[in-house]
Amino acid sequence: MTRDTRDTPGDAVGTAAGPATPTETPATPPAESSSAVGTAETARVCAEAVPEADGGAVSCTRLVYAFGDNRAVDGLDLAVREGEVFGLLGPNGAGKTTAIRCITTLLPVPAGMVRVFGHDAAGERMAVRRLLGYVPQQLSADSGLTGRENVALFARVFDVSRRERAARVGQALAAVGLTEAADRLAGTYSGGMVRRLELAQALVSAPRLLILDEPTIGLDPIARTGVWEHINAVRAATGMTVLVTTHYMDEAEQYCDRVGLMHRGRIRALGTPDELRRGLAERQGADTLPTLEDVFRHVAGSGLDDNSEGGFRDVRSTRRTARRVG
Amino acid sequence: MSAAPAAPRAESADHTPGSGTDLLLRPPVPRAGWRLLPARVVAMCAVELQKLRHDRTELYTRAVQPALWLLIFGQTFTRIRAIPTGGVPYIDFMAPGIIAQSAMFIAIFYGIQIIWERDAGILNKLLVTPTPRSALITGKAFAAGVKSLIQAIVVIVIAAVLGVALTWNPLKLLGVGAAVVLASVFFSCLSMTIAGIVLSRDRLMGFGQAITMPLFFASNALYPVSVMPGWLQAVSKVNPLSYQVDALRGLLLGTPAHLGTDFAVLVVAAALGIAAASSLLGRLAR
Repeated sequence: MTRDTRDTPGDAVGTAAGPATPTETPATPPAESSSAVGTAETARVCAEAVPEADGGAVSCTRLVYAFGDNRAVDGLDLAVREGEVFGLLGPNGAGKTTAIRCITTLLPVPAGMVRVFGHDAAGERMAVRRLLGYVPQQLSADSGLTGRENVALFARVFDVSRRERAARVGQALAAVGLTEAADRLAGTYSGGMVRRLELAQALVSAPRLLILDEPTIGLDPIARTGVWEHINAVRAATGMTVLVTTHYMDEAEQYCDRVGLMHRGRIRALGTPDELRRGLAERQGADTLPTLEDVFRHVAGSGLDDNSEGGFRDVRSTRRTARRVG
Repeated sequence: MSAAPAAPRAESADHTPGSGTDLLLRPPVPRAGWRLLPARVVAMCAVELQKLRHDRTELYTRAVQPALWLLIFGQTFTRIRAIPTGGVPYIDFMAPGIIAQSAMFIAIFYGIQIIWERDAGILNKLLVTPTPRSALITGKAFAAGVKSLIQAIVVIVIAAVLGVALTWNPLKLLGVGAAVVLASVFFSCLSMTIAGIVLSRDRLMGFGQAITMPLFFASNALYPVSVMPGWLQAVSKVNPLSYQVDALRGLLLGTPAHLGTDFAVLVVAAALGIAAASSLLGRLAR
């Protein structure tokens, strides 16, 4: 029953199409086509009948998203493999949250392509959403409801049948260690408890991809560890893919299978934390292994050099092309 | 992994809540298209009722104003007999207007809740669920309707205590409920539409304050349309509140009303409101 976490981080580069069996194709398209998404997408689904052909949980290709003149995401290429914990790292303003919001269908995809388990995040929004559990940056539990009611709301909006609802909500709360506090108002919870509650909200629909945006921001070290322990326990039990953004390098080093260092809207380095550190040590000929933070400082520096004047025109033309095409 | 979605969906009646994680491995079966909307409406209404159960303060504080309107304005104007009401005591005449007003006040500030939910990240999370924007807005609008309905019941009880001769015919009361909910759907969507435009709580407060009283006074809530100057009559004719009050008056007091027109206008207004608010929801998600 448990989903096997097949990949050991670091190997099988890019050729992870193997385990995508035809039976795995989620049964969501019928429901989606009858809802408000429209008929154009339905045609598109049929045209691309093998949704998981390119493998992987998330793939972004040349994704661009701009707020006015500020290109928050600037030609992002990203591939998250099924079953891994992928950390998207970067300082504030690197474009992590914008990228996440494109993947979660909160923002449109103006240029480039975003796929979640083969489903186009621009065209098949409902199908993508059914596969996602999302924990935004803010502490977003409703303080006027109890923990149980907060989770039950998400069970309802993910179409959990009434017969199953209580049991499912109970399991989600138990998975994050909130059974005791379940019937207290969420307004009385501590920051770490709210985060765990949000984790339960995301888990109640059995998502295949859990997306956490800065899950430990503003938490004390003990709460941070607690949140990560629950993320890991849940992942071990369900084998779901986890995409997490953070700007705490130590967390990424400790808990992520692979990390992508993001700077100025693009991935500047990609690999397991160990690979990245060894890579830098070799390049510098250093005896001691540098930290992930050193690696980041290194790639951010070189990223700055790459991204001089030419970059602007480059992106503008990309966007124009994208507009013409799409 | 491959086993989880393909597994037959054995119903799990024997699960004790809080044990195991087997249910967390099985995605729920999506509802078919037409059943999605009512399910989302029920979900949003359930949340509203749960919140009211935890904190009833708003219900009580919001009952003060209509009570004062009925007690002071109503009692005084009943004695003055300045307003032609067609033979009904003035307090009876105005009671449906006050019921409609108190329901409208709740609905017209509902957009503030949307902005709060947006700032708190709740809205984003709801938008990442398999809920089309129109379904989310419809759900929220009916949740506002449920809240308004409970408020309306409180005011109806106050009016009854003050001696207003109201109907107790259950069918007519159902009609009253429907009129209150439909009008609240419209006014809450108006509020959420403005929320989608101004994007800030403070500005929305200002807009709310600016439009509630004109909507109230440019309606037949306090006086019949016939005593209004021509331009105000014209405004009143396009004000959904007038149609709501007309329906409430006809149903609660048995005065002549145009129920067909009233409900038609309210349904169309509600639908237009939902369409407008849904189209602007994307701005709040950004």
